[in-house]
Amino acid sequence: MTGKSSDNFNKNYLQYVKTQDPPTQHFKNCAAAFGVGGLICCIGQFIRYMLEYAGLSGDELAGATSIVLIFLGCFLTGLGVYDRIGRYAGAGSIVPITGFANSVTSPAIEFKTEGWIYGMAAKMFTVAGAIIVFGVFSGVLVGLIYLFV
Amino acid sequence: MENEVLEIFLQFLKAFAVGGGICLIAQIIINFTDLTAGKILVYFMLAGVVLTAIGVYQPLVEFAGAGATVPISGFGYLLANGAMKGAEKGFFYAITGSLTAASAGVTAAVVFAFIMALIFKSRTKRS
Repeated sequence: MTGKSSDNFNKNYLQYVKTQDPPTQHFKNCAAAFGVGGLICCIGQFIRYMLEYAGLSGDELAGATSIVLIFLGCFLTGLGVYDRIGRYAGAGSIVPITGFANSVTSPAIEFKTEGWIYGMAAKMFTVAGAIIVFGVFSGVLVGLIYLFV
Repeated sequence: MENEVLEIFLQFLKAFAVGGGICLIAQIIINFTDLTAGKILVYFMLAGVVLTAIGVYQPLVEFAGAGATVPISGFGYLLANGAMKGAEKGFFYAITGSLTAASAGVTAAVVFAFIMALIFKSRTKRS
């Protein structure tokens, strides 16, 4: 078989695959992400109202709300429920702060077998480390820009 | 009383729409590119920082409440907002402000993840 015909074959095959790809999958994915993401934000709003009712306000209220959400994210990850939600909801479970909690807890539990220091503690930051590195760096940049401009 | 209930309902609706919308954007990006979850988280966090710095995110937070603060871009908002508030106080606080503001989230994630690692065993991935 010459290179050209195999290229052709590949192209035909890829075109065939494309026709077999159900286009509704995009819509279903997006609807699930929108619904679950929105729902998690509503849970956050609910927690916020509850804590406000309990007498918190300002920075304390915002901080406590995210602490509760992160606890929920960590706990559901530990139970193995969050990964199941994630399979269904995609970005709807990744993007909320609970997804950040999931990205910390999941490797912490998984790599426990490799030891507490190089396993659990070090691997805890495989994803969260990147967020914190870029977050701190960009935060310092913003701070300096606002200081001097 | 009636008005208050309506207002709370509207707040939930706004949180759902904006929070869901942010997740929807992420899902569309995932569908059309091959970005992994980690990269999506970093990009959305950075987007939150940039949008806060240019003053777009603050009105969104005031409008949507948890709908804007719960997604990871809200973490970026927290970082940038802390830095901007710190910059008003001086050089030292301009540097430390961002992580100070984010300390609740980072501390909670580390402590709870540690506790969960103590309690739970790694389970084989079921499908």
